[in-house]
Amino acid sequence: MAQLFKNLKELPREEYLASGHRMCPGCMSALAVRLILKATKGNTIVVTPTGCLEVATTTYPDTAWRVPWVHIAFENAGSVASGVEAALKALNRKGKTDEKPHVIAIGGDGGTADIGFQALSGLLERWHDVVYICYDNEAYMNTGIQRSSVTPYGASTTTTPAGKKSIGKPTRKKDLVAVAVAHGIPYAATAIPSYPLDLVNKVVKAMEVEGPAFIHVLCPCPPGWRFPEKLAVEVGKLAVQTGLWPLYEVVNGEYKLTVPVPKRKPVEEYLKLQGRFKHLTQKEIAEIQRYADELAKKFGLGPVG
Amino acid sequence: MAQAQVQVKRLPLAGYEAAAHAVKMADVDVIAAYPITPQTNIVEELATMVANGELDAEYVHVESEHSAISAVVGASLTGARVFTATSSQGLALMHEILFITATARAPVVMAVVNRALSGPINIWNDHSDAMAERDTGWIQLWALNAQEVFDTILQAYRIAEDNSVLLPVMVNLDGYILGHTVEAVELPDEKLVKDFVPSRPLQNRLSLKTCYTVGVMGNPDYYYEMKYQAIDALERSADVIKKVGEEFGEVFGRRYKPLDLYYVEDAEALLISMGSTAGTALAAVKRMRKRGEKVGLVRIWMYRPFPVKELRDVLKGVKAVGVVDRATCPGAIGGPVFADIATLFSNDREKPLLRDFIAGLGGRDIRIEDFEYMLNKTLEAAKTGIVDKICDYVGLRW
Repeated sequence: MAQLFKNLKELPREEYLASGHRMCPGCMSALAVRLILKATKGNTIVVTPTGCLEVATTTYPDTAWRVPWVHIAFENAGSVASGVEAALKALNRKGKTDEKPHVIAIGGDGGTADIGFQALSGLLERWHDVVYICYDNEAYMNTGIQRSSVTPYGASTTTTPAGKKSIGKPTRKKDLVAVAVAHGIPYAATAIPSYPLDLVNKVVKAMEVEGPAFIHVLCPCPPGWRFPEKLAVEVGKLAVQTGLWPLYEVVNGEYKLTVPVPKRKPVEEYLKLQGRFKHLTQKEIAEIQRYADELAKKFGLGPVG
Repeated sequence: MAQAQVQVKRLPLAGYEAAAHAVKMADVDVIAAYPITPQTNIVEELATMVANGELDAEYVHVESEHSAISAVVGASLTGARVFTATSSQGLALMHEILFITATARAPVVMAVVNRALSGPINIWNDHSDAMAERDTGWIQLWALNAQEVFDTILQAYRIAEDNSVLLPVMVNLDGYILGHTVEAVELPDEKLVKDFVPSRPLQNRLSLKTCYTVGVMGNPDYYYEMKYQAIDALERSADVIKKVGEEFGEVFGRRYKPLDLYYVEDAEALLISMGSTAGTALAAVKRMRKRGEKVGLVRIWMYRPFPVKELRDVLKGVKAVGVVDRATCPGAIGGPVFADIATLFSNDREKPLLRDFIAGLGGRDIRIEDFEYMLNKTLEAAKTGIVDKICDYVGLRW
């Protein structure tokens, strides 16, 4: 059984993502990666597709990575990770090495849900022993806040700008975890750095299972979502407490809520902090509330109140 | 070495089987490939070898060629000896990753079973797939027959994994003509092969011991130098390729050189070709030699790095040179190999007259008579000093 962390003090003191990297102030993706690496205790090879994280942590001659790390291109983290895992398997079996690091892929929502979607599906279906973590900041932030398939309904982005004839993104967020679960994988989960203990223990469980695991981590993005940096953790908490980002895990297909929300806050409390939603009228806000209610029903969250 | 212990087998093998046997004897660790005609047989053969326990390798059943090359690059950077194979559209789908493979200095070996690029879709042989990737920074070697397919793949591992090279190698074999044609192939003694291509040393790799960051962001202050390192390594790899070709000859009795030369000494006109058609071209040369015509043939085995010195040495003083291109550069003067040959003498006062012959696109047969036509046209230029047509589309119904 996986040894779970009882509290944050049990996390290693070591920083495997060195400070001084070029991620933005208040970046929740950077916080997510910092926590993920602590959960691995440094026993990992990380694969990252092109994106904010890659660009901002490895500008030559600097690197923020104190674990082995590789980036090849945008749409192939799933396949590069497959190759790394296959190599470790073969080299171990043939007695050429005894190193057994966990292979962890950490990709943004573009590299995971869109351009890297096929490679991710291949990785999961082939049952590689890889933990794939999506740091989801809900748009292509690296290229300047363009919509992705996991940008939420109503968000104004640079390619779905709000306007006289536009409410922002007209469609809902793609359910990535459901897609991952459809591959029959042993472990999948949602997480958010605002609930750090929940996040690190999900990483531990994901590493523990034999075969592929998928964790979808929502990462509030101050410049992309347009809120003050100091509110990053708070915005993340509100995503959970409004029911828009339920924290759950799926073990062998069984869904289980990991952070109960007995009383939900209205979605407006979450939306009003963010510039990307400021154009929304009561009509769209009601639609988003309906979506939160659907999620609440599906995952067993409490009523608004 | 004690000859008595050496067991050489001579078997009837198609090119794809020869390729698979070489991969097996090189004891690769990871194979990732996506099937495409006419490469399919190689990856099926390898899957069978893995399934039967003849080859201890991880076989990654990727969902596209883009993922095939990505997976072998990941595996290679982790220290594994890797193999992939593809053709045509599959190679085109790998395109962006091919550049990265070279600059990441991943010693990947890939067989390309050459096939025309769409459109229209066509599964037959020409060289348009590999030629479209000639500037990706890969070493390109081109086989003449099934034996060369086997030999070249073995050498490819020695070359790619050489510490002064660390570059990917593409071994080209003509679709169907080499891929599916059964020839007698000599499979050398396993012990000799093991000595020639020992296990890849575990170094320069992703490991907890090194904590390398691989695939960094190279901004304008570093990109240029990083790129140039790979260019420089490719240029310098020529010496390693020649050395490995010599050593292969000493061990296995078949010496490999960047160029194969036939009847060049007194030739007034030379034809340059690559791949399996050199066999047909040679038949045409022999016919014309019988008639007393001073023609010869140069076959390029090592296309990248381009054998500049060797080609200059052999072409210098020849009156006219004809180039056979099995790919096109639409809108340019001639095909890709012609463009390379044309640059060889760009600063010389004395230079051979050049003609280009586009032939065999999409599997269109190139007959002995077609080569005779090309040789005659080149000879005519040599004799008259006039090139009536720089680029000739041979065998085109137009």
